[in-house]
Amino acid sequence: MGIVTPGFQGRRRTTQPALPPGQYLVEDFPVLSAGPTPRVDLDHWEFVIATETGAEHRWTWPQLMALPSEDPTVDIHCVTRWSKLGTTWRGVSLDTLLADVETTADYALVRSYGGYTTNLPLADLRDGQAWIAYRFDGADLAPEHGGPARMIVPHLYFWKSAKWVRGMRLLREDEPGFWETAGYHDYGDPWREQRYQGD
Amino acid sequence: MARAAVPGGLSPRLAWRVGRLVEIRDETPTARTLVLEVAGWPGHLAGQHVDVRLTAQDGYQASRSYSLAAPQDGERVEMTVQRVPDGEVSPYLVQTYRIGDPVEVRGPVGGWFVWRPTDTAPVLLVAGGSGIVPLMAMVRARRAACSRVPFRLICSARAPDDLFYADELRRRVRDDAGLDVAYVWTRQAPPQWPGPPRRISVADVNTHGWPSDLAPVCYVCGPTGFVEAVADILVALGHDPRRIRTERFGPTGG
Repeated sequence: MGIVTPGFQGRRRTTQPALPPGQYLVEDFPVLSAGPTPRVDLDHWEFVIATETGAEHRWTWPQLMALPSEDPTVDIHCVTRWSKLGTTWRGVSLDTLLADVETTADYALVRSYGGYTTNLPLADLRDGQAWIAYRFDGADLAPEHGGPARMIVPHLYFWKSAKWVRGMRLLREDEPGFWETAGYHDYGDPWREQRYQGD
Repeated sequence: MARAAVPGGLSPRLAWRVGRLVEIRDETPTARTLVLEVAGWPGHLAGQHVDVRLTAQDGYQASRSYSLAAPQDGERVEMTVQRVPDGEVSPYLVQTYRIGDPVEVRGPVGGWFVWRPTDTAPVLLVAGGSGIVPLMAMVRARRAACSRVPFRLICSARAPDDLFYADELRRRVRDDAGLDVAYVWTRQAPPQWPGPPRRISVADVNTHGWPSDLAPVCYVCGPTGFVEAVADILVALGHDPRRIRTERFGPTGG
């Protein structure tokens, strides 16, 4: 227990088993980004996985749309402390995209239109844990929420779910991304409150 | 200062420290500047923020992030809190929190939306409402460092009564060579203001910002809709998106 601040009551919520420590529920969908919203033309959109040996796997927008898609309903947790439960998406599982990619890499550095990057262990993108999502709540994904397509990795803080995603590099050695070099945690597990470096 | 100057990577776990309220300044009827003394504060850069944690008698805790309003000054940590209607933490901080009372503070946090006194590029600051707080820290850091880097600040506020730091901004424009401030009023303009209240437009950013070929760094902070609009205007005016830094807050902060 911390230092008691006199007169502070707070607003106790009913216990929410789905809510990680330090988070509170929101009904709307806040937007957080480090720069302007990129506008990405679908005719030029592509997603590229580059392996540690330099091999490249590319998908255009029609090619992505032709892949089997899934409709995950997931809870999302932002490091700025809001959580949103039961969000519904449509997207392509990373398992589908990685199926024919030969790699022994342990890490992925995801990159976005606009220059954003974020790093994850590759294992966190497999086994039904991650998607390239292009619809949210029954509609095309809005640009401010990362449209046309964003990563969804709901078991980590939401900055790992890169908006405006355009590809990833598979790496043998971990390489920090944008927020990870600006003081945020390398992994970002909300259940362990891994917000900042060293947490 | 070393820790704040090299955010991330090398730093040990950010510790919760005890801060005590030593000074209060009312900014508007619904916003208040709180000055804390935080023993062991490691220093910070203008634009960074802190997490504040409140603990009730029975152990219940709530934490929120607030932008720092002033540059490093020993162990003094200054923030301006806008009361969010129906909020959990801000009504306490604006109305109930008293001189001498403790809170826990953790930071500084964030290494992107920052201005360093060693930076030399011209700066454009665009503030929507309480988004002025981290930008004011930059204006004050420029002054404290006797920097001559040209700064332009565009403040959008609902009405003159809602503007934070109004007197100090007037004084800084008079005293700080190379600082210009322009205003946009969205609900109620002061008497003699040319034209009716309105939202920020391309003309405002074009007139009171910098030409893109001067390659300024642009910092935009405010509510999501405001930041989206201003960032889109800056891109349309030819600014390199990589030189536009944004910080947004939704209606959910507390």
